[in-house]
Amino acid sequence: MSKKVPKQEYEKTLSFRLQQWFEGSKDPYLGNVEMRPQEEFIEDDDAVLMRDMERKRRKERVYDLANNWEVSGFEKLYKIFSACFCVFLVVMLLIAVSYLPSYGHAENPVNNEVSERYIEKGLEETGAVNIVTGMILDYRAFDTLGESHVLFIATCTVLILLRKDKKKDENGNSIEVSDRIYEPKDDVILQTAARILVPPIIIFGIYVILGGHLGPGGGFSGGAIIGAGLILYLNAFGFRKTERFFTEKTYKTLSVCALGCYCLAKSYSFYTGANHIESVIPLGMPGAILSSGLILVLNICVGIVVAGTMYTFYVMFRKGGY
Amino acid sequence: MAFVQNFPFISILLSLFAGPISSILSGKWAKRLNLAVITVIGAMSAMILAFVWRSGQEYIYTMGHFPAPWGNEIRVGVLEAAMALFFCIIMFLSVIGGALERELEIEATKQNLYYIMVNLLLCSLLALIYTNDLFTAYVFVEINTISACGLIMIRQTGRTIEAATRYMIMSLLGSGLLLLGICFLYSLTGHLLMSNIKEHAALIQASGEYHIPLLIAICLISVGIAIKSALYPFHTWLPDAYGYSTLSSAAILSALVSKGYIFLLVKIFYRVVGFDIIRDSKVINVLFVFGIAGMIMGSVNAIKENDINRMIAYSSVAQIGYIYMGFGLGTTAGMIASIYHIVSHAATKSLLFVAASGITDASSKSKNFFDLTGAGYRNKLAGVAFTVGSLSMVGFPMFSGFISKLLFAQAAVGVGNRYKIMITLIALAISVILNAVYFMKTVIRIYTPEKSTVVIDKGFQEINAWEQPAKSAALVCFIALNLLLGLSSEPVIALIERGLAMFA
Repeated sequence: MSKKVPKQEYEKTLSFRLQQWFEGSKDPYLGNVEMRPQEEFIEDDDAVLMRDMERKRRKERVYDLANNWEVSGFEKLYKIFSACFCVFLVVMLLIAVSYLPSYGHAENPVNNEVSERYIEKGLEETGAVNIVTGMILDYRAFDTLGESHVLFIATCTVLILLRKDKKKDENGNSIEVSDRIYEPKDDVILQTAARILVPPIIIFGIYVILGGHLGPGGGFSGGAIIGAGLILYLNAFGFRKTERFFTEKTYKTLSVCALGCYCLAKSYSFYTGANHIESVIPLGMPGAILSSGLILVLNICVGIVVAGTMYTFYVMFRKGGY
Repeated sequence: MAFVQNFPFISILLSLFAGPISSILSGKWAKRLNLAVITVIGAMSAMILAFVWRSGQEYIYTMGHFPAPWGNEIRVGVLEAAMALFFCIIMFLSVIGGALERELEIEATKQNLYYIMVNLLLCSLLALIYTNDLFTAYVFVEINTISACGLIMIRQTGRTIEAATRYMIMSLLGSGLLLLGICFLYSLTGHLLMSNIKEHAALIQASGEYHIPLLIAICLISVGIAIKSALYPFHTWLPDAYGYSTLSSAAILSALVSKGYIFLLVKIFYRVVGFDIIRDSKVINVLFVFGIAGMIMGSVNAIKENDINRMIAYSSVAQIGYIYMGFGLGTTAGMIASIYHIVSHAATKSLLFVAASGITDASSKSKNFFDLTGAGYRNKLAGVAFTVGSLSMVGFPMFSGFISKLLFAQAAVGVGNRYKIMITLIALAISVILNAVYFMKTVIRIYTPEKSTVVIDKGFQEINAWEQPAKSAALVCFIALNLLLGLSSEPVIALIERGLAMFA
């Protein structure tokens, strides 16, 4: 004999909600997800007119096409010239390729003492099982030092271009609100998926970074994976949650620390190397996680910079602020 | 190894690390740090120069524990150290000269980002100067390109953003061609180190096996760098980029960025491919033709311009033409003249930009040519400085421009090819006249008294040199530098000769 439960209590139980879902009498998303029907994008006539006028005015005022035969001639011939240039470049390069040493031949100039030493002595000299990592972070670490600063300065230029320092946009909305016009908030499916996926993604990224000297991987690829994880988390949970642990200040502190660490570590090894001083950093046992001297540290630094760069790019292009 | 020999490496890393540090500083402290870094690096470069001059030979500095073909290395000679010192001086003067404009034109919250760009630009220039490895050069070319873009667009107006976009597209095309050229050289020689490529290139030239790809590699590299340094038909990005960006950016871009690339090209000619192979290939003749075209067309465009900043920018096209024309002569004398012109033009062009800003300040910030009437009386120091710069550009004796034109003429006479002598001398003469037309017309205009009603009407104000101490100091230093280069040119030429001898 089942006990009769009051209706109010019954409505709280799981079976009632299951029945509701089964019968389709209530939309589970209603009230939980911020929903907005997708609006068709209609440009108002004023904006179109304005744009046309600006285009016209640019031709008149900036380039002065009526009096400037050079620019007007250039505009007419532009397509022909660019097509000719592309065809010329393609044909020239194809001809040049046919004269190059044939690919994969053992006697090619590329197979010389340089790659020989990388392959034969790479493990012994750098302690890294992964020869590629040994090459980019030990033999040719100066190039990689420059390369990680390329990422940093690219982020800085994006900050110059896209960072909004005003809190409100032209319609009086805060950037947080105007960001969410096309993006729904609190999507349960996305949040559930992110809750399951984000931790493994970030842990996998850390694994790829830490194992860079032992197998395929390294700072650049691992950092990209962590960055992707952060972006997924941001999409699922919104800016308010990510701001708790990742702001512009965090990015700057992290990247300054990582680049500074890289600079100091490499300065030490450049200085000792050039002055023929024995480096005191042990190479360790090849294959162990704590091995190959500075490579592990450098991989971590590069990973931090790459992850921060990816995340910053996304945030800047989406909202113009963290 | 003497401790001084570490300085090139220290100066590269110092400027490299000053970039990220600036990102956590406020704009004011970032500026102080930037000026301190430039000063320290300048002092270190002077010491390196003294050391290399005394020892009389270049030296190799290994970056790390592995010797050259496996690891990275940098190479320091007289010319490298002198260029580093000179670039530091110009950069320092440009940064202090444009301080006022920067504060007005750049948002307060983005001030420190400017100094990140300047620091990393300095670092990339130093690395381009010192490196002995082609791929390292490419990595720092990337940094150079991106930071130059940032310098242009940090003043956010429609025109600067358009200019930055155009600059980026053209410059990336140049980078791409340069990278293709490096790939070709690598697959032909199997090396990225400059000295090793040179050995193999000589072998290739002797055997005649990979002749065509070698020629194409030289073409790709030359064209790539020509695009990045605004040689005539590829100059379209230049006037907007220099004309509308903030003052110190314009001065740095015109004086240093394009010159850094040209210096890299000199290095590639001498240290990567070998000057004999370059001379035998017909590539330099192409550079010669475009250089001549640039000398004439740049000046013609400048004459038509009514905006003073754009006029000065177009004059850069003409001056870059001079430099490539000197390469095209294919003699050591032509090369010396070109390198002297790099120095002379860098010193004069940044002077002109700073002086022009002083003149426009006295004309209610109007850059229109007709509003400048009498500006030389309203801002006396800027007027004098602009006159000095103009006279130097035209090639008036006493100033640096005269010496470089003299060197070009002397170099032209020494060429074996009769047509080349004729063309060079005629083009030099025409170009000097055209230069005189637009520079002297401006000088005459700024020293023509304006009616007092117009002055009051348009609200022109007199500017005393003491009101803007930083800019005035920069102008005085620029004038002194110009006179120094013009009056005592022998030591500079001797230095360039000795540096080039070390290159080969």
